[in-house]
Formats: sequence, structure tokens, C-alpha cells
Amino acid sequence: MASRKIIQWLAALGCNAYVPGFLKGRIYRGSFKSVCVPGLNCYSCPGAVASCPLGALQAVIGASRYSISYYAIGLMVGFGLLFGRMVCGFLCPFGLVQELLRKIPFFRAKPSARGAGFALFAKRARLVKYVLLLVFVLALPLLTKGELGVGAPAFCKYICPAGTITAGGPLLAANPPMREALGWLFALKTLIALATVLGCVAVYRFFCKFLCPLGAFYGLFNKIALYQIRIDHEKCSHCGTCAQVCQMGVDPSLGCGSAECVRCKDCVKACPASALSAGFRDESHCKNSPLTKTP
Amino acid sequence: MKHSTSAWRLKAIRLLLFAVSVIFILAGWHRGEIRTVLIKATRICLECIGIG
Ligand code: SF4
Ligand code: SF4
Repeated sequence: MASRKIIQWLAALGCNAYVPGFLKGRIYRGSFKSVCVPGLNCYSCPGAVASCPLGALQAVIGASRYSISYYAIGLMVGFGLLFGRMVCGFLCPFGLVQELLRKIPFFRAKPSARGAGFALFAKRARLVKYVLLLVFVLALPLLTKGELGVGAPAFCKYICPAGTITAGGPLLAANPPMREALGWLFALKTLIALATVLGCVAVYRFFCKFLCPLGAFYGLFNKIALYQIRIDHEKCSHCGTCAQVCQMGVDPSLGCGSAECVRCKDCVKACPASALSAGFRDESHCKNSPLTKTP
Repeated sequence: MKHSTSAWRLKAIRLLLFAVSVIFILAGWHRGEIRTVLIKATRICLECIGIG
């Protein structure tokens, strides 16, 4: 198994190591839950041993005492600075779920078969995740505060398919009384979760590409993160192989700071000229700094 | 020359963001945000599962 896959499995199992939660239909209540993991991992998933950064951010913004979460933003900036979207490619449990869904042999049209119209639509649709970050994660928990001063975690409440699938699924299956409280909100979230699952079967990392506010945030750090994919322009023959293998629609030969790159390293392995490399490195010795423009 | 300016600029941005990260985490801890996160994360989040 490729080393990235091993790390993905270890991260997903490590983040969800509370086995009794799955067996008894309850969640872990230890103090480690005050810590956020880097990836999207619902804290109400029965196995979750720590918190989801997006959930923590909304919980604090929506609390009566606060209007911003320095803690969650500080952690997210730290993760972004270290890893950028390597979090998505290596550490996010929901990223692994999406890659597994993509293995289902159904609707598997290659990106090249979808045409230029689809590519343009996909490029625009990628902006949706930034809108979700600004509106549902940052603004609505603040703006929906009522008389008690408590705002709704709008992304978790109305959209997050990870919550519906990994928390709602097992908890509702194990707790019949909870099922009696289901209504239109659950119907809406189930529809979104189903659409996401179908999307992930049809399109590689559909949720990462179009909907994930956490990926949108970490993408802002791809140019400056310590973990980098880099290109040696002297070795590159412009053969286009890297752009062809990239399932996130990135052309790394044009520079490796794209906010869409999840650092999966498929391009690094495919490059016939060994022009691409990946790792944590000190920029001062590198002539291809991510901030240096491509020639 | 251009490369060394770029490397210096990158280092400065990283250092600044590292400082922001540490200061923000400490500020959040000082304001009691960690307790708010813990309380939310140790109760079943009805919004997350689509009930509340
Ligand atoms: S695969 Fe390698 S040689 Fe070909 S364009 Fe990409 S970086 Fe350049
Ligand atoms: S193939 Fe290369 S450019 Fe594309 S997402 Fe993976 S690491 Fe990034």
C-alpha cells in the first residue's frame, strides 16, 4: 500500500479510535475533545476522540459570550502553515471516505471525457466552498443569535454531510428514541449527504473540490505552507503528464501553489523527468520558492 | 537577488503567521474558549446529525 494511503488510514482510525462509541451508540466525553484535529471529523461521530475545527469555530462564534474564536482560528492557521492542503490529501478522514467512494465503479467518466463546458463550470463551482466558509461558517453563527445570544452552527446544521453520515447514521441507528425527533432538517441534510455521496462516486473528491470550507481555508496557505510540492524548471520538458494525472485539475508544471492541490503526489510519481518533488524543506536554499513566479 | 528576496519574504510571512497562530491559541485559552469547545464536543450535537 502506498505510504499516503497508510497515513490516511492511520489518521482516520486515530481520529475515531473510541470503539465503545460505535458499539453503544454514544460519544466520547473525555477532555481530549477540547483539542481539534486538522481534518474534517464530526465531534458527534461515536468514534471521535477530538473535535472538528469547523465545528469548534462555529460553536465558539455562536456562543453567547463570543463573536470570534481565536482558539479555532489559531489552530487552523497553525495547521495551514505547516501543511496547507496536505491535510486534505493525508490527514482528513472525510478525504479518505471520498477516495473510497470514488472506487465504486459507477458514473466513472474521465475528466477529459466531460468537455470544456464542464471544466469551466467546475472551475466556477469551486468558488462555492469559499462562499460556504464566509456565509455558513463565519457569518451565520453570529447573525442568527437570538434573545439568548446563541447562534446556530449553520454549516453543521444545514449542510455538513460528514455530520449526517458519520454522526447521524450510527447514532440514529443505535438510539431509536432519537429517530422520533427527525423532521424536515434531517430530510434536507440527508438529501445533501446523498448528493455528496453520488458526487464523490462520479467526481474525484467532489466535496473537497466544491463544498469543503476547511479545504478552502487550508488552500489559502498552499503557497506558503512548510510542506510543498516543487518543480525544477530546468528538468521539466513540458510533457503535460503531471496535468493529465492530477485528479484535482491542477497543472503543477505552472507552479505548485494552487489552492486546489491536495498534495497527493500523483504528479510527483508520474513525472518522467523527475522534475517534481514533495516535502518539508527550507526555502532559503531553494531557487524554486513557492512565491517565485514561474518563468 | 530576486530569489533571496523571495525567500526572505516567505520566511517573514511564515514567522508572522506562526506568531498569529500561537497568540490566537493563547488568547482563546485565556478567554475560556477551550471550555466552550469541550462542552459542545462532549454532548451529542443535534445540529450535526440533523435534528436540532
Ligand atoms: S510531468 Fe514532469 S516533465 Fe512533464 S510537464 Fe509535468 S513536471 Fe514537467
Ligand atoms: S497530482 Fe500533484 S498537483 Fe494534483 S493534487 Fe496531487 S500533488 Fe497536487
